[in-house]
Amino acid sequence: MSDRNTTSPQTASTAASGAQKPLLEIKDLQVGFQTTGGIVPAVRGVDLTLMPGQTLAIVGESGSGKSTTAHAIINLLPGPGRITGGSIVFDGQELSSFSEKQMEEVRGSQIGFVPQDPMSNLNPVWSIGFQVEETIRANGVATGRKEVRAHAIQVLKEAGLADADKRLKQFPHQFSGGMRQRVLIGIGLSARPKLLIADEPTSALDVTVQRRILDHLDIGTAVLFITHDLGLAAERAEQLVVMYKGKIVEAGPSKEILQNPVHPYTQRLVAAAPSLASRRIQSATLASPTHHLSDLDYAPTKVTEGLDLIAAAEERIEHQPKVKRPDAIVVKDLTKVYKIRGQGKGAAGSLTAADNVNFSVEKGTTTALVGESGSGKSTVAKMILRLEDPTSGSIMIDGQDVAPLKGKPLLDLRRRMQPVFQDPYGSLDPLRNIGNTIAEPLSTHKVGDRASRKARVLELLDQVALPQALITRYPNELSGGQRQRVAIARALALKPDIVVLDEAVSALDVLVQAQILKLLADLQAELELTYLFITHDLAVVRVIADNVCVMQNGKIVEAATTDDVFDNPQEQYTKELLNAIPGAGITLGV
Amino acid sequence: MAGYIFRRILQAVPVLLGTTFLIYFMVFAMPGDPLLALFGDKTPNPALLERLRAEYHLDQPFIVQYFLYLGGILRGDFGTSFSGEPVSAILARTFPVTIRLAIMALFIEFVGGVLIGLVSGLRKGKLFDASALVVSLIFISLPIFVIAFVGQFIFGIQLGWARTTVSSGAPIQDLILPAFVLASITFAQIVRLTRSSVIETQSLDFVRTAYGKGLTRRRIIPVHILRNSLIPVVTYAATDFGVLLVGATVTEGIFNVPGVGRTLYQAIIRGEGPTVVSFVTVMVLIYLVVNLVVDLLYGLLDPRIRYVK
Repeated sequence: MSDRNTTSPQTASTAASGAQKPLLEIKDLQVGFQTTGGIVPAVRGVDLTLMPGQTLAIVGESGSGKSTTAHAIINLLPGPGRITGGSIVFDGQELSSFSEKQMEEVRGSQIGFVPQDPMSNLNPVWSIGFQVEETIRANGVATGRKEVRAHAIQVLKEAGLADADKRLKQFPHQFSGGMRQRVLIGIGLSARPKLLIADEPTSALDVTVQRRILDHLDIGTAVLFITHDLGLAAERAEQLVVMYKGKIVEAGPSKEILQNPVHPYTQRLVAAAPSLASRRIQSATLASPTHHLSDLDYAPTKVTEGLDLIAAAEERIEHQPKVKRPDAIVVKDLTKVYKIRGQGKGAAGSLTAADNVNFSVEKGTTTALVGESGSGKSTVAKMILRLEDPTSGSIMIDGQDVAPLKGKPLLDLRRRMQPVFQDPYGSLDPLRNIGNTIAEPLSTHKVGDRASRKARVLELLDQVALPQALITRYPNELSGGQRQRVAIARALALKPDIVVLDEAVSALDVLVQAQILKLLADLQAELELTYLFITHDLAVVRVIADNVCVMQNGKIVEAATTDDVFDNPQEQYTKELLNAIPGAGITLGV
Repeated sequence: MAGYIFRRILQAVPVLLGTTFLIYFMVFAMPGDPLLALFGDKTPNPALLERLRAEYHLDQPFIVQYFLYLGGILRGDFGTSFSGEPVSAILARTFPVTIRLAIMALFIEFVGGVLIGLVSGLRKGKLFDASALVVSLIFISLPIFVIAFVGQFIFGIQLGWARTTVSSGAPIQDLILPAFVLASITFAQIVRLTRSSVIETQSLDFVRTAYGKGLTRRRIIPVHILRNSLIPVVTYAATDFGVLLVGATVTEGIFNVPGVGRTLYQAIIRGEGPTVVSFVTVMVLIYLVVNLVVDLLYGLLDPRIRYVK
């Protein structure tokens, strides 16, 4: 198999599809960014071939050059970006030599484009209908008011927006993220292009929404699919290209790559993808009910060390307490009702974000609160942290009711319970260096003197595996993964017993995500921490949590141990969530 | 929408009461007897003085004078100036001139500023952008009367394109040069604001997506870049209308425009309470109306903040 590295993907696909001519053929593509210090290469010699009607996925971490490759095809590179070499042949035309005018002809009508972030890719000041209709008109698909409108409604319906005719006049801010992504897919496909470039079209969405949306992409058009999730790529694409630092490190049929990754980087990606890890654990438990994870026919190797989710899960189970321990968090009949402005009084004017929520978390264990956005999981977390007051119900931390706490006792409670939030970019103060950021809780709670605080900061940096030299650096000089480590170090500064992790790994690339999950597992074993883990991603839950509470519309619909929830889901909703984990149809080399 | 406008008008009532009271009080507290000053060096006839005092209610305590004045306004009577002319007549004569001047200036600064700012933003770092920035810096740093005198000298005397002073009745062709001078105060700000707003909008994701959809640059610039970039500029230009009304005082003085600025200045010097307060009241009223119109316009430009019924 090791010769796959050297074989170009072209050979494989030409063999598969006979004498057909390729739709897109990229040879030795080089893309660089002009900076004051010269040209910085971002894509360094990419070759790929896509046949008509086929789907090819480019997989890699952020900064691997996968999006840059996609943007280079239709020259959407940002200002200083230039194609510095190679050729892009699309349907017999050499695109890299096209003028801006010629490129305008190709975009939209021949090559459609679906961007990454649904929140920022629609113009907020124009209605949805306007933005779809202008695309249809620009590409000459239909003329005349009525025809254009009818066509717009049709493409939106095809993209899964059932009530498109009623919603044309609405504006982007009146649409949810999933709805907006459907609009963008509708726009991308509106001129029936031969090729669709989909740049991480669902990374910002919940898994169940992701699944429904990606099903609408499956329409016979050739798709170039950019993603960081190997499981998702393998499920959606026949061909896979793995990129690392601007180069292709491995290419070939998806299943082959997944079952037998050759390049160390691909092996790391396979080991770190939560969707694949959870599938693998799943198949093993189904095969033998008295399973042990180490029975898996899967050997952790040197290259996957520190990233291996299965190893992390195994470790977690080993450290699981054998005897029942006291509950760290007990939540009873917790309810939160928000009043909606301008909607009058009573039921119509209020929103029940949390509805009679009951659960408890044993000391030293991890409970995951799972649900889609809007299910109320973050509201529950905020109430436990006392950032919101419950409408009714009680929260006990270590047997103590937290509702009446004020002043000093509340401060003491906060000291024992620390949060880590989703966005590692937004949760650190850009004007404070890392040392001060981590030391802030210590000075707020007046712990120790200057010297002892500094010593504690250095100790914490070691604990989260960051170099001590970072102490004087600023957040903008750090990567997303490093920032999240800083946020975790800050949460641990006061030696808390409980850490509330609100989507703490959702914004990270798979490799970084795996490292952070491993770190969290290690810290739990070392410091006896109790985790409340809020997430929309069940795959991650399989790896990290002991118990799961599934939330829907403010209610807990299912609560059980992780194994029970995965092996024997009771509720339809839980089954849907499980099915939405990508990679369901893939037989892995277990 | 109607409810929103009604609420805004209600909000204007305390603002108007507050401003008129403050201005009336300040004029009242000014040192010196306004009537004595009117007679200059002559010694006035005590009986005549007494009669005038009663006529202008100057013998009443301050608070009574204020309410008498307010009551008059409600009946449409703005009082009488010391020259015997009704204040409402002076208002009717001067405000149209100044408003015409301010609107012309606003039009010049907005159209010119947005156009130059747009081209600068689209050609960031090129020659046009660099020269526009230098020129706007010159306009920002020069006081308005310098610009006015230079304009009078070049266009009025050397080239003979415009009259150096405005003839009575203030016809539009006479107001063009003063309007350009008045516009120059904030013109540079509009250029810079538009430029930075265009540069920011240009790099937003939806603009890249618009290219990806197959739209041409000619369509993307007005539809997706300019409209979004105008939101902060419109807000600025609107608050600026008030600045133009005030700034008109200096410009009107230099070009001898028979507008609000000159008349108000003279009334302040003479301590004519009703005249000063009436002028300020109308100015505040115009300011409030302009602000309301802009807030409504803002909703048109940006649907995210359209007002709930």
